[in-house]
Amino acid sequence: MAELTELSLADARDGLKRRDFSALELARAHLDAVSAAGDLNAFVTQTDEHALKMAEASDARLADGSAGPLEGIPLAIKDLFCTEGILTTASSHILDGFVPTYESTVTAQLWRDGAVLVGKTGCDEFAMGSSNETSYYGPVINPWRRKSDGAKLVPGGSSGGSASAVAGRLAMGATATDTGGSIRQPAAFTGTVGLKPTYGRCSRWGIVAFASSLDQAGPLTRTVRDSAIMLGSMAGHDPKDTTSIDTPVPDYEAAMTGDIRGMRIGIPKEYRVDNMPEDVDALWQKGVEWLKAAGAEIQEVSLPHTKYALPAYYIVAPAEASSNLARYDGVRYGLRVPGEDLIDMYENTRAAGFGPEVKRRVLIGTYVLSAGYYDAYYIKAQRVRTLIKRDFEQAFEAVDMILTPTTPNAAFAPGEITDPVTMYLNDIFTVTVNMAGLPGISVPAGLSADGLPLGLQLIGKAFDEETLFRGAGVLEEAAGFDARPDHWWA
Amino acid sequence: MSVDQATVRHIARLARIKVSDTEAETLQGELSAILDWVEQLSEVDTDGVAPMTSVVEAEMKKREDAVTDGDIPDDIVRNAPERDDHFFVVPKVVE
Repeated sequence: MAELTELSLADARDGLKRRDFSALELARAHLDAVSAAGDLNAFVTQTDEHALKMAEASDARLADGSAGPLEGIPLAIKDLFCTEGILTTASSHILDGFVPTYESTVTAQLWRDGAVLVGKTGCDEFAMGSSNETSYYGPVINPWRRKSDGAKLVPGGSSGGSASAVAGRLAMGATATDTGGSIRQPAAFTGTVGLKPTYGRCSRWGIVAFASSLDQAGPLTRTVRDSAIMLGSMAGHDPKDTTSIDTPVPDYEAAMTGDIRGMRIGIPKEYRVDNMPEDVDALWQKGVEWLKAAGAEIQEVSLPHTKYALPAYYIVAPAEASSNLARYDGVRYGLRVPGEDLIDMYENTRAAGFGPEVKRRVLIGTYVLSAGYYDAYYIKAQRVRTLIKRDFEQAFEAVDMILTPTTPNAAFAPGEITDPVTMYLNDIFTVTVNMAGLPGISVPAGLSADGLPLGLQLIGKAFDEETLFRGAGVLEEAAGFDARPDHWWA
Repeated sequence: MSVDQATVRHIARLARIKVSDTEAETLQGELSAILDWVEQLSEVDTDGVAPMTSVVEAEMKKREDAVTDGDIPDDIVRNAPERDDHFFVVPKVVE
């Protein structure tokens, strides 16, 4: 039954309904694949027993006609989503042994719709990173390897475990979160589809918080249709998250009509950065041609504050993180390292519990929020953010979607980037979208000169994920991306 | 903008993170590099531009000011590294 893991989520859903195979068989096939993929280090926790129980319940519902839209579909969950009764670590030492007594809203909706949990995936510690190297549980490895030297590569970050699990056929889809590119960049690095919905589309309740004004949950899948199906279950208003928006959840799958005739696509001239690799630029041009051939109108747009998005992000996100991470104090959950007094205990616990990247960001955040610097850094960055959002609003007066590369380069090897600022530049094309609260999707569109996947990103208007799915579906079909990594890990 | 050792120690104290001498030295360089890099924001003319307070324009939904949850003290303390009955235990604060 090895081929069961090859099915798309949509095909598996239909196969289960036809009773071609059972949810239990589907779950077992994926659990076996997870067990054999230790070399990818995609999971922090495997939940085999739990998965088999859920699959049995799915089979019962499939038999009695009460099946939900995701009935029996094996999913991986980023270890940033709290799961009741199941270890949740955010890939940090400081959450040692934390077993939530509640379930995040997004995962609760997935289980409501019948999905099956195969395990919790590794990520950068507290979702802070672009390579998965900051995880306390060791780096996740990308199923893809370079043609030139066969080196093991990072899957991107922070949702690297989810991306590797989906690309490696260990799960049919996975949840992820995106604060500056953490869904789309790993999607591009692993040849998968990653959607960051509009801020407020999915509830943040029960997701370990990093930067609350930027964090948004979304799906990682192998096809655009699968992404649309998963978002349908993840999205929706939640009274427990005051920033989640009370607006109906459309039928995203139905939006994939394949018809983009007359649609206006913007190409932002500021994204033509210096030193852009030739293969990335060439793929972007191909994307333009594909959309044009499908009947879309292409026009140049200007987003003049693009280059300031990343530095503004590195004020806003650490500021919010320093505040959110204040709760890890050795008192309420996780790790405690004793000290001479209360403050000494706090300081010892946080020194031992946080890794270097988290410490850097908490300290930067503390600095930019401290007396005398608040206006110069934090308020300044929030003013720049207003300008970034205004850029998009002006562009969207003329176009329906914007097409860009997802990342400025393909996946790299662990240890290849050691300078923090160079690492931050990975998010140069994705971070603007978070700063403006917009939806963005990365679609695998081609291979780099060294045989690695590259993604194209479509950016949409707020709460217009439907148009995004329509455009992404057209890109996916035109690109016909069917390259596969060698199955070296098992 | 570069920070000195004393500033690194001061913000580490504010953030309640103990740093060793070697760490403070490394952090001084790294934090200075990051602050240098974000300094480019000063090129942007933001006169008369309001700082963003909410990325999505929406009226925040309000609910009745009533208790909707509670009676779960066991759950609240369940993950505490040290607890006594329904209390979190911390090192002695008052002599």
